[in-house]
Amino acid sequence: MADPVLQIQEVSKSYGGLRATDAVSLDLLPGEIHALIGPNGAGKSTLIGQVAGMIAPDAGRVLIEGADVTGLSVAARARRGLGRTFQVSSLTMDLSALGNVLVPALAVAGSPFGFWRPVRRDRVLRQTAMAALARVGLEARADVSVGQLSHGERRQVEVACALALRPKLLLLDEPMAGLGAEGTAAMTELLAGLAHEVPILLVEHDMDAVFRLANRISVLVYGRILASGSLDDVRHNPAVREAYLGDDA
Amino acid sequence: MIWPIAVLVSGLAALLIGAISLRTQGVYFIMITLAFAQMIYYFAISFPAYGGEDGLPIYLRNELPLIDTSNDLNFFFVAFALLLVAIGLTARLTGARFGAALTMARLNEARLATSGVEPFPVKLTAFVISAMITGLAGALYADWNNSAGTNMLSWQLSGEIMVIVILGGVGRLFGPLAGAILFVGLETQIGGMTPHWKLYIGLVLLGVVLFARGGLIGALAGKARHG
Repeated sequence: MADPVLQIQEVSKSYGGLRATDAVSLDLLPGEIHALIGPNGAGKSTLIGQVAGMIAPDAGRVLIEGADVTGLSVAARARRGLGRTFQVSSLTMDLSALGNVLVPALAVAGSPFGFWRPVRRDRVLRQTAMAALARVGLEARADVSVGQLSHGERRQVEVACALALRPKLLLLDEPMAGLGAEGTAAMTELLAGLAHEVPILLVEHDMDAVFRLANRISVLVYGRILASGSLDDVRHNPAVREAYLGDDA
Repeated sequence: MIWPIAVLVSGLAALLIGAISLRTQGVYFIMITLAFAQMIYYFAISFPAYGGEDGLPIYLRNELPLIDTSNDLNFFFVAFALLLVAIGLTARLTGARFGAALTMARLNEARLATSGVEPFPVKLTAFVISAMITGLAGALYADWNNSAGTNMLSWQLSGEIMVIVILGGVGRLFGPLAGAILFVGLETQIGGMTPHWKLYIGLVLLGVVLFARGGLIGALAGKARHG
């Protein structure tokens, strides 16, 4: 089997007496979508923070392509190939779609310390950003300000921002959040296509989307992995049914 | 030539102060930079060799080849030319890669880091560039007044500059310029009528903060469009 792109090893974080994540281990293999589900307050956000580098774990390690990145900053992990999106859209509304996607292209295609040459005439930078926008099907909307895009298009720009990093893996935090049926279908199709190029760790509440997309599912409850495995394993796991999915799953 | 030295010394000072202050954010950042300013202020007023509380008189302006700087009109044009150069350089920088990174550092630092760019060096560089430009402005101002008064180091002047920036429009290239024109205009006009002109500037500032967050430039040019 291929080496995992991302390994989370025994990662823990406590806030006072609360163990937000408790010796969580999981990995992400090339070509797969690994979904992380769990009820609110299960520790998903803490785990995402620990993978992305915003929260330092009390114990445990995070490895990207076999290299320990536990001590690295958010930006250093991004340059190692970790592309992430946010649950709540954090795009800049005044900037165009392209203007937003240009920022992650800065570090990948050169350096942010250019003081003279206008970005408008920076071919390498523009091509990197435009390629990412084209991948999510928004190249025609590149010059529209994000404030005027639909909610679904904004979520796609978020993905484009992560793709502009030329990532080795994607960490997507509820990409379907706030989307209607049509938007969810478009995003599901986009992610299904992307998975062939870059593996995805998908944190998502929309169970239909999770069951359509994921190769593997891990269930996080009270900061611990309750179950992990194929769709059928998890779907028929009695503990998962009780803790999370309910009887109608 | 003292001007390039002023630029250099200001830049070095900012590198030191910024390296410490920029580890904090928001109100803490304002407070720690204010603390540094007060430290330098009290150092200056208690240092009699350079005039102490009276400030340092400057008997001769810096001389330039071909231009007689002791003539006030000539000096104005020199300062004006330097203003245009500073605006030109800033405009260039804003449109370049560094400008894109800095804009994102202002709007959303987490997003910049997620984009693979460390926010700290970007902010420190901006802090130093800003200090170099204001350092030059300070040198020109001292030359213009024929003295480097201690009031130039007081927090009231920092406050006045903040007021100018907010009046004009934060984060806009011509914001400080518009703000300075408005501020000096109001100071001259209202100051001619009443000694309590600061009260009226305060009211205008209140109005801008409450109803026109983009400042004068924001009101004139509409919402910012970049990229």
